[in-house]
Amino acid sequence: MQIGIFSVGDVTTDPTTGRTPTEHERIKAQVRIAEKAEEVGLDVVALGQHHNPPFVASSPTTTMAWIAARTERILLSTSTTLITTTDPVRIAEDYGTLQHLTDGRMDLMLGRGNTGPVYPWFGKDIRRGLELAVENYALLHRLWREDVVDWQGQFRTPLQGFTATPRPLDGLPPFVWHGSIRTPEIAEQAAYYGDGFFSNHIFWPASHTRQMVALYRRRFEHYGHGAADQAVVGLGGQFFMRRTSQDAVREFRPYFDNAPVYGHGPSLEDFSAQTPLTVGSPQQVLERTLGFRDYVGDYQRQLFLIDHAGLPLSTVLEQLDLLGEILPDLRAGFAEGRPAHVPDAPTHAGRLSARDEVAA
Amino acid sequence: MTRSLVLVSAGLGVPSSTTALAERLGVAAAEALRGAGDQVEVTHVELRPLAHALADRMLTGFATGDLADALRAVSRADALVVATPVFTASYSGLFKTFVDALDPDALVGTPVLVAATAGSARHSLVLDHALRPLFAYLRAVVVPTGVFAASEDFGAGATDGVDALGSRVTRAARELAALVAGLPTRRAPLHAVPDDDGAGTRNGPEEVDDLPEPVPFEQLLHPR
Repeated sequence: MQIGIFSVGDVTTDPTTGRTPTEHERIKAQVRIAEKAEEVGLDVVALGQHHNPPFVASSPTTTMAWIAARTERILLSTSTTLITTTDPVRIAEDYGTLQHLTDGRMDLMLGRGNTGPVYPWFGKDIRRGLELAVENYALLHRLWREDVVDWQGQFRTPLQGFTATPRPLDGLPPFVWHGSIRTPEIAEQAAYYGDGFFSNHIFWPASHTRQMVALYRRRFEHYGHGAADQAVVGLGGQFFMRRTSQDAVREFRPYFDNAPVYGHGPSLEDFSAQTPLTVGSPQQVLERTLGFRDYVGDYQRQLFLIDHAGLPLSTVLEQLDLLGEILPDLRAGFAEGRPAHVPDAPTHAGRLSARDEVAA
Repeated sequence: MTRSLVLVSAGLGVPSSTTALAERLGVAAAEALRGAGDQVEVTHVELRPLAHALADRMLTGFATGDLADALRAVSRADALVVATPVFTASYSGLFKTFVDALDPDALVGTPVLVAATAGSARHSLVLDHALRPLFAYLRAVVVPTGVFAASEDFGAGATDGVDALGSRVTRAARELAALVAGLPTRRAPLHAVPDDDGAGTRNGPEEVDDLPEPVPFEQLLHPR
């Protein structure tokens, strides 16, 4: 089981002080947060990709490479890499290079992006977002598995005799997750390829996540990649912790009430009941998180959103300290009752030895 | 066959003439449907108590609780009666917000009786220039007779060759029942998903939606 954090990369005004961090501060903060995540023992840090203000995360592999150079153990991932508006050839090259530089300490999560104008800025059409995700990934999948590719599709210039370089480290393409909140076809895509499926369930009710994950698991088995409970599942999560739940609620409420996504809508209490958001003591976050298994089964990766809504860097780092404190209990809880045939989270080393075992 | 008749009223007052009109249409429509040999189950969705939940739904993208139940009931109705007050030359914002919260395909083929209320008869064309296009966009089947009631209609008889409210209500209800007759019942969810784990029903009150089955991937990969 991997436990980590994921970020959108937004620049948001702190509603309690009115202060807005600069882009420079925010980019540096992402690095500091990633370093801290490794210090407290987390397994994964994932960065977003956006091409419009108020986001700074337009070039994830640049930031990931910098973080990788300053850390030793934590796995770098994305939340998400835009498969619709990014040329799959560039994804193959950028992430292929990152895989070598990090000695395989990376993977990526593909997403479509829901900002209308970003598509035309890159010569694409949001109404064809799903088709773009399907075709572009089909090409990316081949570029990492076939040395020479002849290819023709609807959305980019054809390729004749093209080799994406560098070739994958150890001949093993980076592991790919497909992220979606509510599109069954993305769960279907992940199942078809036997890739991971990440349900970012932080904005929607658990009942929805349960259906999406169940669909992915059923189709994963259908396509012959293993039993349904061996499918590779990741979940989003969201918390704000203080020693007492009263302190947590008091401090987080203004951030919640003004948050870009759900602010000025439901109350913190209603939203906490309707979605996985947990604002409370470390014990409450621990118990709620371990409850996710009740509706998705034993899974492989849990990522939390912690740097958002204008929370200052110092607060985010304190959240990481608190997460680090409950980490041993989280790990023990996730291990409890986990059947032996449920796979661990995918890593380069783990997938390499699995491949070699099959070959032997 | 049991038909589900769902009334939606966007009246804000308590009591509300819009709600009163919806109820009157509901009684007439239920009677007309029973006349066709069906049993009728009537659900009345009043939007006023759902106003906060609708604002939250716009901001979060998902519906919960009573609002989720109401959206589900409307999506599965065999026949709909919708009634709105006229606000600033059109249906009310609350009414439109509820319609916006429906899945765009939720009302395809559903017979709908449109109704509106206002202080004076000068607003009556709102039925035809606002409500009909809205439900045409959703590909619902709108009953030929819409029912508009101004305040004065609640005390008027048939005069000068103009129908009284009562006869318009009866005619519209019969037209609604005629459209429903011959259609299969829509009680079953449009996209039935088999229960995978056997734990409870898939469509409990906490459900946001019924997940449609995905298009098989080979079909996505190689369209046509």
